[in-house]
Amino acid sequence: MKFVAGDSASQGSHLSPAAAAPATTLSHQASRGQVKKSRFHFSDQSLAPLLLAPAMTLIMIFVYVFIAVTVWVSLSRWGTLRVNLDLREPFGATYAQMFSMPRWHANLRNVVVFTTLFLSLSISMGLLLALCLDRRLIGHTLFRNVFLFPYALSFIVTGIVWRWIFNPETGINILLDVLGINKLMVAMGGPALHPGWTTDPSVIFSLNSWLGAIFPAVKGLSIQLGIPVAMIPVVIAAAWQLTGFAMSMYIAGLAAIPHDLREAARIDGASEIQTYTKVIIPLLRPVTVSTAIILGHVSLKIFDLIFAMTGVGPGFATDVPGIFVFDQTFKATRYNLGAAASVIMLLLVSIIIVPYLWSSLRKR
Amino acid sequence: MKKHICSPLIGLAIIFAAQFPASAENNQKLEVFSWWTSGGEAAALDALFQTYKRQYPGIEIINATVAGGGGSAARPVLQTRLAGGNPPDTWQTHPGWELLGQYVEAGYCLPIGDIYKSEGWEKVVPQQLIDLLSRNGKPYAVLCGIHRGNDLWYNKKLLDKNGITVGDSMSFDEFFAACEKLKAAGITPLAVGDSGIWATAQLFENTLLGTVGPDAWKALFSGKMSFDDPKVKQAAKTYGRMLDYQNPDHSALTWDQATKAVMEGRCAFTSMGDWAHGEFTKANLEDNKDFGWVTCPGTNGAFIIVADGFPLAKGAPHSEAATDWLKSIGSKEAQEAFNPLKGSIPVRTDVDKSKFGPYLQWSMQSFSKDALLPSVVHGEAAPAAFQQALNDAITQFVVDKNAEALSAALVQAAKDSNIAK
Repeated sequence: MKFVAGDSASQGSHLSPAAAAPATTLSHQASRGQVKKSRFHFSDQSLAPLLLAPAMTLIMIFVYVFIAVTVWVSLSRWGTLRVNLDLREPFGATYAQMFSMPRWHANLRNVVVFTTLFLSLSISMGLLLALCLDRRLIGHTLFRNVFLFPYALSFIVTGIVWRWIFNPETGINILLDVLGINKLMVAMGGPALHPGWTTDPSVIFSLNSWLGAIFPAVKGLSIQLGIPVAMIPVVIAAAWQLTGFAMSMYIAGLAAIPHDLREAARIDGASEIQTYTKVIIPLLRPVTVSTAIILGHVSLKIFDLIFAMTGVGPGFATDVPGIFVFDQTFKATRYNLGAAASVIMLLLVSIIIVPYLWSSLRKR
Repeated sequence: MKKHICSPLIGLAIIFAAQFPASAENNQKLEVFSWWTSGGEAAALDALFQTYKRQYPGIEIINATVAGGGGSAARPVLQTRLAGGNPPDTWQTHPGWELLGQYVEAGYCLPIGDIYKSEGWEKVVPQQLIDLLSRNGKPYAVLCGIHRGNDLWYNKKLLDKNGITVGDSMSFDEFFAACEKLKAAGITPLAVGDSGIWATAQLFENTLLGTVGPDAWKALFSGKMSFDDPKVKQAAKTYGRMLDYQNPDHSALTWDQATKAVMEGRCAFTSMGDWAHGEFTKANLEDNKDFGWVTCPGTNGAFIIVADGFPLAKGAPHSEAATDWLKSIGSKEAQEAFNPLKGSIPVRTDVDKSKFGPYLQWSMQSFSKDALLPSVVHGEAAPAAFQQALNDAITQFVVDKNAEALSAALVQAAKDSNIAK
């Protein structure tokens, strides 16, 4: 860019300075008081694709071509360290095999459970914190930063710290003893609390018998459809880290709500609570949608937090597709199976992202 | 304008200038790839380096380590380098499938039968072991030390206090009787640390071997016997019974934390390879006084090998130095320096036994006469895909204890990884 502008000053340019470097051109115009018409003139419309071409080419290769390669690998016979890109017969056999694996069933269950719990926890906590801070309580700038700090940590750090916290022998369970909660429980005739946290393999709210009555296929599953108990600490850790993000989204959203709307609501006789439930929270809907989509795709792709905190967990209680892909690709060297799981992960994320992009593009 | 044209040229010139001296001193270097980064392992690796430097002075060793237990982080790096045609001169590998199936079959290694001949190793290394390193009668790697996988460690004082004596071997009945007695005394009988699942998979491996015996073990992994066999299911049930005696927090612990539970008397037994011996010695505990060991129930006369070795890379950048490296690590001097530090035994049967403590002497004794078998949990008996499938099946089994499902999963895994047709 620099030397294009320099050239045009001395001898006229091949590229139109008007299109290529508007800022410098303005100064030339001011100094010379005239515009030289170049021999080759590019309009904005024809120049835009040209300037975008390098970026587009890179994205085409490193995103879309690689997606296509991954799809191909998932259909291939590449199941050992040696590359073998011949198509596997019958078509899609790797997918069929994957969908018959109990581990994959557990993965799909976990990703649904994790996403639901994590989104509801971090969005509701984020909204709550944002509303509190919006009231300009004492020290609200301090707290705004305090709540946002965990977001600056890496998931690996969060995972390891929470792994220690939820270790049943050394972690939070000691707190139950120290605080006398267990003494209280025993005094009240109950058992002392000693939850297994991340080591608990049980699944609560099992839907198997209920769903099995409707879909007979569910009866053949070797896993329990419900909420794996070991997943709850993981959800807490993830929400701890990303609540600050949701909060800052809501703070920005709240700042954009004009003050006169609140005043108008008050004049119309709305109570404080009604102002929130009827006016402010409905106005924050677009923020909620954006936050849910950003956090949703984080949660569908999650790997590092869970890998550091619990791994696959007892009986795959905390296993997610990301860990499945890593294990099958790099430990088992079943590249086709890893690729197949990646493709399904991509589809899961697309289910969230594509409608969002669709609606936001249509609005424009 | 001139400047713009010149600077890439200068850059290129610098790159070329840097290339030439590098290729001139090519043979003065050796790149060794491993995942030995923790205390004792790193010290043992360094002992190999020191021996090599004494035997072949003037060669600079590039120590390419990637940290991470069991090579979980290192293997992907190695695979990428091999696939990309940029191999290290030699790398750490396990014998059996990992060496032969992954590296030799893919054409990444050169046969080294002539080194075995010229160094006279055929006479001092057991033939059963050379077989685990050979394809079509040609060996492809040199082992530096051998760990034993099927050991049952116990807290001797704790057992004495509860009136339990352990003989030279142990049957399943004796093991369960001891567990019952300990449980009645309020002691957790068995310590397992399966946060990485392989530790409990290894307990299953040992139980399977104890149930089917060495011959059936070989038959299972050569496809001559099916994992559908009633004996496999029986092994699964026995293993499930053992899990009833394990510590409740097993899935939060690693194998060394489980070993620590035995040391501290919170649990009585733990089944682990003899790298656990290093943990006992680190804690200043004495062989046969504070702690004891016995072969895992039913596995007397069998020795599950967990060994590390080094192959010769095809297209190694410094092939001469790499050949010398293999000669060096197989030498008596290197084997005697490496193994006491690593807590393993030498592959040669002609070393000075007095340099080793009571446990390692016992292990050497067993090594020289027992059936030597590859471990599946450590990637020797079966392909990586089978190993992963076994880990997954065990993860499920620990929770649901379904022997039929475990057996079915192994049958499927054997089919997928071409062990069985």
